[in-house]
Amino acid sequence: MAKRQAYPAGTVGEGLTRHGIRRRDFLKFCTTVAASLGLSPAIAATMASAIAAARRQSVIWLSFQECTGCTEAITRSHSPTLEHLIFDLISLDYHHTLQAASAEAAEHAREQAMKDNAGKYLVIVDGSIPMSNPGYSTIAGISNYDMLIATAKDAAAIIAVGTCATSGGLPKANPNPTGAVSVGDVIKNKPIINIPGCPPIPTVMTGVLAHFLTFGKIPELDALGRPKAYYGETIHDRCYRRPFYDQGKFAQSFDDEAARRGWCLFKLGCKGPVTYNACATTKWNDGVSFPIQSGHGCIGCSEANFWDAGGFYKALSMPLSPVQGSLGAAIAAGAAVGVTVTWFNRSKKGAARASHQKMTVDDLKREEK
Amino acid sequence: MNSLDLLTFARGPALTAALCICVFGILLRLFEIYSLGRKTDLAPGRTDSPGSGWKTVVSRSIPPQGMVQRDPVTYIAGYVFHIGLLFAIFFFAPHIELIRDVLGIGWPALPSPVIDALTVAAILALFVLLAHRLVNPVKKHISTPGDYLAWTLTLLPLLTGYLAYNHLLLEYTLMLALHILSAEALLILLPFTKLFHTISVFISRWYNGDMFGRRGVAS
Repeated sequence: MAKRQAYPAGTVGEGLTRHGIRRRDFLKFCTTVAASLGLSPAIAATMASAIAAARRQSVIWLSFQECTGCTEAITRSHSPTLEHLIFDLISLDYHHTLQAASAEAAEHAREQAMKDNAGKYLVIVDGSIPMSNPGYSTIAGISNYDMLIATAKDAAAIIAVGTCATSGGLPKANPNPTGAVSVGDVIKNKPIINIPGCPPIPTVMTGVLAHFLTFGKIPELDALGRPKAYYGETIHDRCYRRPFYDQGKFAQSFDDEAARRGWCLFKLGCKGPVTYNACATTKWNDGVSFPIQSGHGCIGCSEANFWDAGGFYKALSMPLSPVQGSLGAAIAAGAAVGVTVTWFNRSKKGAARASHQKMTVDDLKREEK
Repeated sequence: MNSLDLLTFARGPALTAALCICVFGILLRLFEIYSLGRKTDLAPGRTDSPGSGWKTVVSRSIPPQGMVQRDPVTYIAGYVFHIGLLFAIFFFAPHIELIRDVLGIGWPALPSPVIDALTVAAILALFVLLAHRLVNPVKKHISTPGDYLAWTLTLLPLLTGYLAYNHLLLEYTLMLALHILSAEALLILLPFTKLFHTISVFISRWYNGDMFGRRGVAS
């Protein structure tokens, strides 16, 4: 029997050993993460040794204007799979919902982690930041803005989790009563990884963390700061219903025969064609399903300002709001101006006819001088 | 403003404005054409040719004998372009959904790859026609800036639609927004350019046929 490798105290490897996690299982986990990031399977062993030998990464999780859905996602979906180990890979030093401490002790934990790991800790943010009035959202009497500025100051990087943190989300939706902004709107001098979604896919959150722990740097990002490995393709392009779209086979309602046959949900408002996320490949709940598979169109939750991008049940090619009223007014205006022009033309012709003077042959005779 | 915001603008206020300007312009021009009036024809009709106008609507949609051989480029490319454009507009599923939402009527769509092929054919035909317009001395001589504007306005929605569907050049959301905006530019300028023939073509064919019929010219 192979001798189990001993890891120094405080490292991830030590934590894994303590929990009775075998190296083989850990390697499997790393292979899955590597594959989901689009990396070679060969990197899994390197990833495993890098993560196992690393000191548990200090993470401070800040929750601002949010619904805790992101936390719900990251916790529930991972238990009891191996992925819940990510909580042993990191040292979650501050998280409202998950930490046992409260009040001053909780804030002390955050301050201590910031002091002990200055320049090295990761800040994860879910929720948007209200700018209209700091009193809209406070923690221990500290406004979200002040807490973000103070905590981000010595962070190695920031991971904005969920659409609220990445682009303002629901709080920012029209009319944005709290003046909500995203993390990227406030912090300009730190690397920020955006993991949007309402909520984001749990595997994506853990995958990005694993990538950071392994390589010590942020993954390749797209124009919206999202990791390309997960947000590089649209739901539509990876959707198992895509062939039906190409064939022109669409469900007309949620319970018709076409819907039961699994035909495309485009006409029912699916926003898959303009939504960049990994739902169709990574799926949810340990790869069980994703919204389109369970019969509902994609609502486009990983796109900035998706709440204001029209109704969820309106096809992508439809107008955002009814145009019939405006068209009626345009028809009336067109007809009115047309009638006016007609009347003007007719009266001009009539006037010309009325002022017409008949000429006789005599009028045309040249006057002899 | 990100790509989705641009798409939201294109599907929202821009679309409403474009549709309204288009409808307003079409009505205005129809009234304008009608109000020009025609002199009362005092002569009795030379032949009794009922339905001459309607016959001409059909007969002028088919090339006269010998004309295809005489000017194959204009006729063949012209037909390919018009048929391709017509199918791309009216038989692509997302377009039908737009019409259904605005007018409340719809019909079955053709498979996307068929529309894709017809779009390619229409685009190629447009380029052939442009080349012919530049090479043929007569066509070149009678071409005005309005002709080139109409050509561009027609090409852009086809091209951006093709690029969006095939995920070429730009990311899909942005290309889709540009596609919708280019179609809106077409709608806005349609009543005020030679593209108005979309509306007036059959009216003028009917008028010509009827007028010729009264003067004894068989349609």
